[in-house]
Amino acid sequence: MIGIIDYKAGNLTSVARALQYLGESWTVTADPRELSGCDRIILPGVGAAGEAMTNLRRLGMDTWLRECLAAGTPLLGICLGTQVIFSHSEENDTPCLDLVPGWVRRFPDGLREGERALKIPHMGWNRVEFSRPHPVFAGLPAAEYYFVHSFYPDPADTAHILGRTEYGLRFCSALAHRNLVAVQFHPEKSGAPGLRILANFCRWGGADAQ
Amino acid sequence: MLSKRIIACLDVRDGKLTKGIRFQGNMDIGDPVEAARIYYEQGIDEIVFYDITASSDGRNIMLEVVRRVAETIFIPFSVGGGIRSVEDMRAVILSGAEKVSVNSEAVKNPDIIDEGARIFGSQCVVLGMDVKKVAVRPEIPSGYEIVIHGGRIYTGWDALQWAKEGEHRGAGEICLNSIDADGTQKGYENDLTRLVSAAVGIPVIASGGAGRPEHLYAVLTRGEADAALIASIVHYRTYSIGELKEYLHERGVKVRREW
Repeated sequence: MIGIIDYKAGNLTSVARALQYLGESWTVTADPRELSGCDRIILPGVGAAGEAMTNLRRLGMDTWLRECLAAGTPLLGICLGTQVIFSHSEENDTPCLDLVPGWVRRFPDGLREGERALKIPHMGWNRVEFSRPHPVFAGLPAAEYYFVHSFYPDPADTAHILGRTEYGLRFCSALAHRNLVAVQFHPEKSGAPGLRILANFCRWGGADAQ
Repeated sequence: MLSKRIIACLDVRDGKLTKGIRFQGNMDIGDPVEAARIYYEQGIDEIVFYDITASSDGRNIMLEVVRRVAETIFIPFSVGGGIRSVEDMRAVILSGAEKVSVNSEAVKNPDIIDEGARIFGSQCVVLGMDVKKVAVRPEIPSGYEIVIHGGRIYTGWDALQWAKEGEHRGAGEICLNSIDADGTQKGYENDLTRLVSAAVGIPVIASGGAGRPEHLYAVLTRGEADAALIASIVHYRTYSIGELKEYLHERGVKVRREW
């Protein structure tokens, strides 16, 4: 059973639909007892960091996620769910979960690519250059993934970075830390390669090695 | 580097495509879910469903279509047409659409943009704009005016002013449809698209006029569009999605080619 943490951050059903399509069983809940019975956990989310952290703390999910990481349960962060695992987000100047040391920064104004001014949010399909192998990202084609975000992760320790994406600057779009993996893009909206990542996660034991 | 998006538009009435789409073997497909699945497998980047249903029964049929699409394709898709309230937006989003587009209603009641963005996030709210070329006059300095109800009513909004207003109110994206170019298959309205794209900091989808691959190339380069909406050019199998993307790629436009 895969636990999708429901912390009222946008519409979480698209992740559930993708798991359904893959034939996995899932539950969307914020009940720590129910989540503790799950084999693996997904922290999704769309929205703003400030409200997300308020909701996570109110639900006791800050403590629970820390215990989950320590217990070795495979954990996947998606988009906003990836941003809140860091120490601090520039969005609403929010102290976050601090499961991975680092910051979440806003794309600076005036980003350019050649002649063109880049738009914020970074919305659409972009490449992820993986710098080292990881079981959750095994067997992927040189694909693109669907992004929608105005803030990006900036881990303190570059050893946590698995993949980078170029948008006026190179930012960390996939990372791993022990039994946690996290992506800035939306695997549930990235076609077959995204579904492959979710399927890999559903079989991953939680060890960060090939 | 971000790819330019190619987006297919499917018109739906009472749960069926308004015009059958011709796929392999010249078989007409009338089911929007099946059409979406085929385009998804062919590598479309996004799909827009435009619901032209009038009745409230039809609205519920559309929500059922949205639910089935969300179980079938795993790329973003949006729903537009007949969205009159935040409740309409909520129903579409909860049924599984990534985005919802507002057009005429946003002109009549612009607060729907603010409310939608506040409740669902800007990334969910697409401002659909129908535009006609008119004589330049003091209130329409660009010579492009916003029209509603399929072009029958002129609103007095300059297209550039309305685009900025929509962005300011929280729209996450603009779908810019030229009524003059729509259905001609003679190319997008590139000048209009470039003006709007330069006026706002949010992505602009160009719509109306695609008939040949060079039209997509022109609007994605000279027109500075972030995405191009296509309909009959692929519905009648004049070109496949792969052919269009290959054409753009060969000319240096970055498009998604692996899926």
